[in-house]
Amino acid sequence: KSSVQTIGEDQIKNPYTELLVLKGHQDIVRFLVQIDDCRFASAGDDGIIFLWNAQTGEKLFELHGHTHKITAITPFSSSDASEEQEHLILTASADRTVIVWDCTSGRQVQKVSCFHSTVKCLTVLQRLDVWLSGGTDLCVWNRKLDLLCKTSHLTDAGISALVELPKNCVAAAVGKELIIFRLIASNDGSEGWNVFEVKRLVDHQDNILSVVSINDLTFVTGSHVGELIVWDALDWTKQASECNFWDSSVQPDVQPEIKLSQSPNETSVQHLTSDEECVFAAVGKGIYVYNLKMKRVIACQRTAHDSSVLHIEKLPNRQLISCSEDGSVRIWELREKQQLPAEPVPTGFFNMWGFGRANKQANQAAKKMQESTPMYFLELVGDLIGHSSAVQMFLYFGELGLATCSADHLIILWKDGEQESRLRSLTLFQKLAQNGDLQIKF
Amino acid sequence: MISAPDVVAFTREEELEDELCSEPPLPEEYSVPLFPFASHGANPWAKVASSKFTRDFILISEFSEQVGPQPLLTIPDDAKVSGTFDLNYFSLRIMSVDYQASFVGHPPGSAYPKLNFVEDSKVVLGDSKEGAFAYVHHLTLYDLEARGFVRPFCMAYISADEHKIMQQFQELSAEFSKASECLKTGNRKAFANELEKKLKDLDYTRTVLHNETEIQKKANDKGYYTTQAIEKANELASVEKSIIEHQDLLKQIRSYPYRKLKESDFHPYEPECAPDPANAGCDPDPTTSDLAEPGETHLYAHVPSYTPKLIKAKSAKCFDKKLKTLEELCDIYFFTQTLDQLHQIERTFRGDVCYLLTDQISRALLKQQSVTNFLFEDVSFLEEKTPEKQYRGCQGLRQDAIDSKCSEESPAPKVVISLGSYKSSVECVPIKMEQEIEDSQEPQMTESVTFEHQENLDYLDADIKGSISSGESIEVLGTEKSASGLTKSESQASLPISPSPQAGRSKVGSRRTVSEDSIEVLSTCPSESLIPEDFKASYPSAINEEPYVDDEEGGLHFTPKLNPGNADEQEDVSKQENLVQVDSACCIGKESPNFLEPLPDLGQKPCDEDGVVRIPPQPYRQAEQGLRGSFGGFPSHDGISGGLLPYELDSRYLTGSREVSKSSLDECSDSTSYISSAASTCSDRTPSPAHPPCPASERHKKKAGQNALRFIRQYPFAHPAIYSLLSGRTLIVLGEEEAIVKKLVTALSIFVPNCGLYAKPVKHWVTSPLHVVDFQKWKLIGLQRMASPAGVNVLHALSRYSRYVSILDADSKTLRCPLYKGTLVSRLADHRTQIKRGSTYYMHVQSILTQLCSKAFLFTFCHHLHLPISDREPEESVVNRRMNFLKLQLGLANEDVKIVQYLAELLKLQYIQEPGQGVNPLLRFDYVPSFLYKI
Repeated sequence: KSSVQTIGEDQIKNPYTELLVLKGHQDIVRFLVQIDDCRFASAGDDGIIFLWNAQTGEKLFELHGHTHKITAITPFSSSDASEEQEHLILTASADRTVIVWDCTSGRQVQKVSCFHSTVKCLTVLQRLDVWLSGGTDLCVWNRKLDLLCKTSHLTDAGISALVELPKNCVAAAVGKELIIFRLIASNDGSEGWNVFEVKRLVDHQDNILSVVSINDLTFVTGSHVGELIVWDALDWTKQASECNFWDSSVQPDVQPEIKLSQSPNETSVQHLTSDEECVFAAVGKGIYVYNLKMKRVIACQRTAHDSSVLHIEKLPNRQLISCSEDGSVRIWELREKQQLPAEPVPTGFFNMWGFGRANKQANQAAKKMQESTPMYFLELVGDLIGHSSAVQMFLYFGELGLATCSADHLIILWKDGEQESRLRSLTLFQKLAQNGDLQIKF
Repeated sequence: MISAPDVVAFTREEELEDELCSEPPLPEEYSVPLFPFASHGANPWAKVASSKFTRDFILISEFSEQVGPQPLLTIPDDAKVSGTFDLNYFSLRIMSVDYQASFVGHPPGSAYPKLNFVEDSKVVLGDSKEGAFAYVHHLTLYDLEARGFVRPFCMAYISADEHKIMQQFQELSAEFSKASECLKTGNRKAFANELEKKLKDLDYTRTVLHNETEIQKKANDKGYYTTQAIEKANELASVEKSIIEHQDLLKQIRSYPYRKLKESDFHPYEPECAPDPANAGCDPDPTTSDLAEPGETHLYAHVPSYTPKLIKAKSAKCFDKKLKTLEELCDIYFFTQTLDQLHQIERTFRGDVCYLLTDQISRALLKQQSVTNFLFEDVSFLEEKTPEKQYRGCQGLRQDAIDSKCSEESPAPKVVISLGSYKSSVECVPIKMEQEIEDSQEPQMTESVTFEHQENLDYLDADIKGSISSGESIEVLGTEKSASGLTKSESQASLPISPSPQAGRSKVGSRRTVSEDSIEVLSTCPSESLIPEDFKASYPSAINEEPYVDDEEGGLHFTPKLNPGNADEQEDVSKQENLVQVDSACCIGKESPNFLEPLPDLGQKPCDEDGVVRIPPQPYRQAEQGLRGSFGGFPSHDGISGGLLPYELDSRYLTGSREVSKSSLDECSDSTSYISSAASTCSDRTPSPAHPPCPASERHKKKAGQNALRFIRQYPFAHPAIYSLLSGRTLIVLGEEEAIVKKLVTALSIFVPNCGLYAKPVKHWVTSPLHVVDFQKWKLIGLQRMASPAGVNVLHALSRYSRYVSILDADSKTLRCPLYKGTLVSRLADHRTQIKRGSTYYMHVQSILTQLCSKAFLFTFCHHLHLPISDREPEESVVNRRMNFLKLQLGLANEDVKIVQYLAELLKLQYIQEPGQGVNPLLRFDYVPSFLYKI
């Protein structure tokens, strides 16, 4: 019955032929953040943060300090060009603390525990050298962990996502609302900042789950019921003829049976990512590619996984990686479809979205457009099976491979076997030379 | 010193292999030495010797000052062992060659008796009349009541096989030195004890005498001394003198040069509880301090309190009293340790010399393969190996000796187990053995000694003729006693390369058959020349350096000087290849004369010349069957009463053509081993314990081999299953019954490459669902199939991770795994194989795997196969080169490539692993479809 596309064991394009299981966590691992070229941190429900070497899989540090699960983690690198770059990470936990860790020494730098609620998101504004914590209110901190300013109590639910916008603005997703805050330098001192609420956007019908900034001019939000809104980052308006998925769903041309079959969970926009051209949305079990220029979905995989897609990322090489609650990681490739006139237009869910269309006419227009513009599709090029439980997140390390973290307490480093073999050979001959074993002894 | 009367010029017959020298010579240490006596047209088995004993044994004798030479005990302590062999007679002989003049007593110019700390001497002697050859280790023990305080003893390893003694001289010497050291340490302890008691007695006597004198003085008011008083005074004076003498002796025994022990790698068995005699000086004893001079201390604080006795004058030197037994002479702890050591020696050297040599060679060679040996060998076993294996790889082994000392101390229970497992293990192969093994002590001689030695050899030559007619003669072929008289600096000064004395030895060997009744002391060597500091100094340079001249410590040169004529031939044989050949010779010859398949060419020269034939020598089958027939199969090596099997029974043994004799030996190695063990060509009719230190693994191997054999016969899809294991894909044996699954796992475990220096990545029985971590850790898993819901989970996990595993269903007899089209595995596991025995098959597998290892090694360590030659070279060309190498050079077909690649990956990981840091277990896999195989 499952309509999930499967791939055989012949995965020529799948480079990951070697894996390394990193054990350490005792509970669900939810977060992976990259620290520098070869290090990353992992954190999860056990409240422990691990630092790993992405090359060797070596466990570098085990950071203990939080008593509850980690709710947010972000790297906080120093901007001082003068000194050696200092790598810090900020972690927020359900114990209502935020801790700053030094990744080089593996030590706790400082701890802030004056929060009234759990900090659910952390954002670093590198330009201003401040960082923001979002819980039931929004706080602005400087590098020394002085509280610069804070907003009043927003909602009990608190801020679920923060994204930096141009002009010292941030967008905070608070329930269904998107609140734009602006940081204004205080008059009295150079260090001080004040934060003001600038605008509340209430276009979403349901909780906003993901906010992602595309470029200086636009950002995108996705909600629980599958709304995707592209915003102008400067004046915080919906971009021209932006879609409102909720509206499109009531369009008469949407096939009712499909609509019925879709519970909100299956349409929730779990995660968004983008490159310059497209927004990639993890919606329910599927993956959708929305082209910003064409303002429509150009490719999709409605059931990319057996269950919800939790994280999605675009690789430089037109590939896309998604991970899901079903415990698998899949690699997709966005490919141009051979022009086959007879090819039926994908129907169903994306039609339901009806990007940029308001009526049937538009739909027909879209068909024409599809004929004139290249069609894309997502081809499954590989899957990585290793975790026994939901894969929460992954981190793409390029050459070094891919780190995935999961609810089975494990982190798996997936590596290109060929390349690793080559690297090992290199190391081998280096060591041979070092040991002087290259001298012919016999 | 008894000088050697004759010397034989060392020459070795030119080998016929000169035409094979075209190939670049292999490093010498990689070549398996050829059987040294092959050139004599003989088979490798020991010469006929009509000995009167059934197996090797150790004899301890004493030259008693009262009754002359007498045997004390034998090991094993069993009357059957020595049989009709005249121990008394032999004791006389072996004691009679203890020529060392160890003067003990009053040296001229010294007021007190002096103890000599004499070195042991080691001689080899033969008595062809008795058919006995012995390594004799002379030592002296101290006994206060003995003449000159010394009792000469000797320990002798007696064997009917002269070659065994000669070839194992080094090892025997090392082992017996340990036993001797142990015994002597215990003896010193006992001697010191005895002295202390004696001192107490004397002191008591003095007090008594003194009192008596005083009384007499008082009673005597006449102003002159009575004769009685004078007598008493004299007595007192002599007691006083005796006290001083004994104190001096005590000092001497305590000042025994422990330095020597400390520098050696061997510390005699110091019990934890006993205080070190060396530092006993700081342990003052109140009971003796009164009579001892100030600062004089007691050796052993815990000596039970002793009631002094009055000593009658003149009672000390009494000859009609019973001398102490050996046991009484030695501290009981050390005595038992010594016996343990001797028992271990007996066990170690049990069996045919060929077996011992083969074992030593293969072990030493394996040890050298430090890069690859972990893959399929039990490395821990190699490392634990006791140090008596000194064949060339002795350097490392010697080091191990230090580490394994503790484990050696109580080896007896371990080895006992092996008795059950060695039945089938006497399989000997024709290997050319370099004879220098036993000569390694010789280069230690100084220049002058070398001259002597030369002379000796010359004499020896003369003596060969002479001894044929000489009815009774003692021939000392080589003795280095004089070396001990030379100063160290002298011995360092010159480093003569011994002119290959093995020629002399070989001649001796051939001569022995004609000499009628003689004791030949083939080699003697005072232990001074063997003291371990010399070992140490010379070992590091011993392995790889041919010219020793720059070796400043004029010590041992373990690396034999190759005979130039022989060098090429030996060098072009790769180590691995030889090992393989050895193994295959072992197992192929055993049961399957026509099983032999061409061994793949490693790009070396064709290997038919060096020991193993690749083509089944059909014409000889008949003969072999005849052999078999005549002996009614080979039920076991025990219990076959050895009627002489004349060589003429199979003329192949005497045939001049090496080729033919080789092949016949290959083919009939089983028979020959039978011959050697049963037909009294061999000294020792007891089967050798197959690897003495770890009998359990040996039995395991046998069992695994048997199961594997059954597996490949039973399952037509054995090949893909084995391929899975060799290529690092985890194989899961699924089944309901634990016993069946475990048996299969045991069978297949012999194909699993190790991932590191740890135990094999094999998990025999698992009942919980598997996870990806398991595949990372285990390469072979026995998994329980259950009908319960838990079982469903297990199966679900299996299907989920089917990418990483091959599944062998033991219940339905199916296999799900990738396709295998290579050729390698079919050689490894031919279901039509004629091999019947588990251990044989195990060795067959081991040989092929060793070959595989060598390929993997070559592949791994060829720089250009992995890295570009120049910076600009594209990756593709490297890949091309790599594949070309694998396919064309290594001759690998299809999936075989993956096996070698996987092994190479393991080698890399092992090599680049930082010490102290565990290998991160990697899981490498491929995206290849699996197929379902059914019976």
